[in-house]
Amino acid sequence: MTRVILRRVGAGVLILWLASALVFTATQLLPGDAAQSLLGRYATPESVAALRAQMHLDEPPPLQYWHWLGGLVTGRWGTSLVSQQPVSQIVSTSIENTAILAVGTTVVATPLAIAVGTLSALRSDGRLDPIISVLTLVLAAVPAFVIGIALIYVLATSVVHVLPPASIIDPSRSIWQQLTVVVLPILTLVLGVVPYPIRMIRASMLEVLQSDYVLMARLKGLPERRVVLYHALPNAIAPTIQATALTLLFLAGGVVVVETVFGYPGFGRTLVEAVNDRDIRLIQTLTVILAAFYVTVNLAADLLVILVTPRLRASGAGGRT
Amino acid sequence: MSAVGAQAAPAAAPRRTDTWGQLLLQALRFGRTRVGLAIVGLVVAVAFLGPSIAPRSATGFVGIPFAPPSHAAPLGTDYLGRDVLSRFLDGGRAVLVLALVSTIIGVSTGTIVGLVAGYTLRAADEVLMRGMDLLLAFPSIVLVLMCITIIGPALWVIVLVVGISYMPPTARVIRAATLQVRDLDFIKYAEGIGVPRFRILLGEILPNVVAPLTVEFGLRLTYSIGLIASLDYLGFGVQPPAADWGLMIQENQSGLNVAPWPVLLPVLVIALVTVGSNLVTDGLGRAVSGVDRKVES
Repeated sequence: MTRVILRRVGAGVLILWLASALVFTATQLLPGDAAQSLLGRYATPESVAALRAQMHLDEPPPLQYWHWLGGLVTGRWGTSLVSQQPVSQIVSTSIENTAILAVGTTVVATPLAIAVGTLSALRSDGRLDPIISVLTLVLAAVPAFVIGIALIYVLATSVVHVLPPASIIDPSRSIWQQLTVVVLPILTLVLGVVPYPIRMIRASMLEVLQSDYVLMARLKGLPERRVVLYHALPNAIAPTIQATALTLLFLAGGVVVVETVFGYPGFGRTLVEAVNDRDIRLIQTLTVILAAFYVTVNLAADLLVILVTPRLRASGAGGRT
Repeated sequence: MSAVGAQAAPAAAPRRTDTWGQLLLQALRFGRTRVGLAIVGLVVAVAFLGPSIAPRSATGFVGIPFAPPSHAAPLGTDYLGRDVLSRFLDGGRAVLVLALVSTIIGVSTGTIVGLVAGYTLRAADEVLMRGMDLLLAFPSIVLVLMCITIIGPALWVIVLVVGISYMPPTARVIRAATLQVRDLDFIKYAEGIGVPRFRILLGEILPNVVAPLTVEFGLRLTYSIGLIASLDYLGFGVQPPAADWGLMIQENQSGLNVAPWPVLLPVLVIALVTVGSNLVTDGLGRAVSGVDRKVES
């Protein structure tokens, strides 16, 4: 059991390290000189050379990578090549804003998925299940930005104007005083992500509902509500963890487009702007952070599932599919 | 890593009879497959016949920006005063072709990786699948954005990287399906009489993973239409002044209040084609699992 966990953590760290090396190698291929672009066109050759030395640009690539990785791990992320602001400052503001979206989305999407997924499984012979199934198919297919634009049209323009069409955040007030700006982005993300956990919960509930102990509980004459709430649902803990992880993983990519749709000043829009500006320093940091988030969520979900599933705990398995 | 990332893959039926055509026929028994096919057919027709029936040039100016529908421009004009209808009819080919090509790249490379990993196992399996895990450490869109930064916003970069980002999930599905057939008698027989390994892979195993492969293809096609439209929307795909559905939405979003058509039309058609493609995929998935159930009973 401990060995399994250690192996997983080890694999996660290895993947993350390789991912950072991949980002660094890829961005090293870029033509142009970071020191030159930082100082501008009129810099003297001496000052460029001095900055190159300070940024370790004149060292061989492996050493450069070493310094870069060291800086990344210790939080010395340097300065943005475009806005001249410290990268750490840009990143922390945008992560904070995106965290509001992520938490909001997860808090809404996970219970919604459990409720709808369970209902869908319970009514698998009825009329409700096919409706939910088509609805999840539709939502899973349509790209998030299309959902976002449709919501803007319906809720923020001439049709019904109840919400702001763009998330313009007044920096002088706390975000908690202007929560209307996060409603549409969160709604978009929830609609975009929720089909996947719904299907996952539905499938695992169907399996549980057909198991012997649920049959036993029913045969004992327990009311159906009690059977579902106390006997079947607790077995959905593992799928719930996976559903939450799935939501978070979807968000890592989803915020890139959705934040742009609403002009929401978060992680995703910062990344898009950095790509537009070719702000390599910022892109390197942002992509590694995203990779770290991705790997961590995957790993945490895997470990939690092993911990809460007696079957996997005993066999020490939970091996790759 | 895999407990979360892997899509529920329909298991391959361990028999050699379902070809692609039979699978499609079985899928057509479901109403949703037929509806999906009709929708996709309609959108494809609009996208490919559109340019020849467009009343005006997609890039010519016909009036003031965001003009309401008129005789000259039946659906009004866009943010620069160009004919919305003509731009709409001209703006679909790129998305669909790019999505198809990137799906073919992703699914075929993923299939090769999955077949080789699942058949050889041992070191090759470990190396290949860990490589896939590495690619999975980045969301598809981030992988594309990273490569755009490095190489520049060229269409071939998008097609290639979207394809590559769909390689890992396909590889996992095909590897799982390969594991189910690799130890069956006819494979052992082929090995015994000395059939070369690549011919076993292509001639014996590949035909047996056609079912999950087809479903995976549909799924990836749906996602890549959405992803490529998203990239167009972000401004990294088809470049102005060319007409493109994703780009049209971005260009005219600010005028949604006064002139909804240049936004709503592409929104509607992107939603339609992705939903249609997903309906077909779902029908195929049902056909595959239906086959499985019959085999088991």
